Amino acid sequence: MVLSPADKSNVKAAFGKIGGQADEYGAEALERMFVTYPQTKTYFPHFDLSKGSAQVKAHGKKVAAALVEAANHVDDIAGALSKLSDLHAQKLRVDPVNFKLLGQCFLVVVACHNPALLTPEVHASLDKFLCAVGTVLTAKYR
Amino acid sequence: MVHWTAEEKQLITGLWGRVNVEECGAEALARLLIVYPWTQRFFASFGNLSSPTAIIGNPKVQAHGKKVLTSFGDAVKNLDNIKKCFAPLSKLHCEKLHVDPENFRLLGDILIIVLAAHFGKEFTPACQAAWQKVVHVVAHALAHEYH
Repeated sequence: MVLSPADKSNVKAAFGKIGGQADEYGAEALERMFVTYPQTKTYFPHFDLSKGSAQVKAHGKKVAAALVEAANHVDDIAGALSKLSDLHAQKLRVDPVNFKLLGQCFLVVVACHNPALLTPEVHASLDKFLCAVGTVLTAKYR
Repeated sequence: MVHWTAEEKQLITGLWGRVNVEECGAEALARLLIVYPWTQRFFASFGNLSSPTAIIGNPKVQAHGKKVLTSFGDAVKNLDNIKKCFAPLSKLHCEKLHVDPENFRLLGDILIIVLAAHFGKEFTPACQAAWQKVVHVVAHALAHEYH
């Protein structure tokens, strides 16, 4: 799957509009993922996953920062997320299926907070972008 | 048999009562065809699907979207009996329509996003979870009679 020039432009614009709320979106995406797909909690036995958890907020911020970084370097997501890719391959080893689950939740958060932003075209571009990020993060798994 | 808590049933039926089936159905199907373009393979007879604008404005897409979501409503009305309720449709999708069940999951995910966009903050995490369960169960039921 390849991001077209239009996709890249949509992704950059979308994250531009999301702006400072990215941290909040990241945290809420995680919260939704833990509630909707309880099996994802198995990767966080060391976290307090109760509502409003400071650890989830902090982790959401990290996730958002990575997405923003990828969006800012959308021409070379692999390069931008190379260290994160190493981390996921060597240490975290989150099963690849889970990236789609988080991606779905991120889109739901955008839809809830900013439905006008999520036109069908932007929806398609963001979905592709989130897939691409997942692919990069699992690229070195084997 | 699927177990639904009272809260889940309330979240599901409560929201469903306020869904504009015609609008949401059309939007969900259009977005499926736009976001996952390979799904257009099942709709060669629908005419112009050449662009997002064409897809959204396509009357056959709108009509079919309404049909699909109306059918979905049967699941909401028969939460305790979805597999049985959808058995004939499952056979149809296997034997006549030849639809890969993965497509039911894709449409389910799209529907969740359409609902989120319509209901905003009211589409709480608990609400999303209940609805994600519904779409999962419906997709499973639609695949159940495949052979």
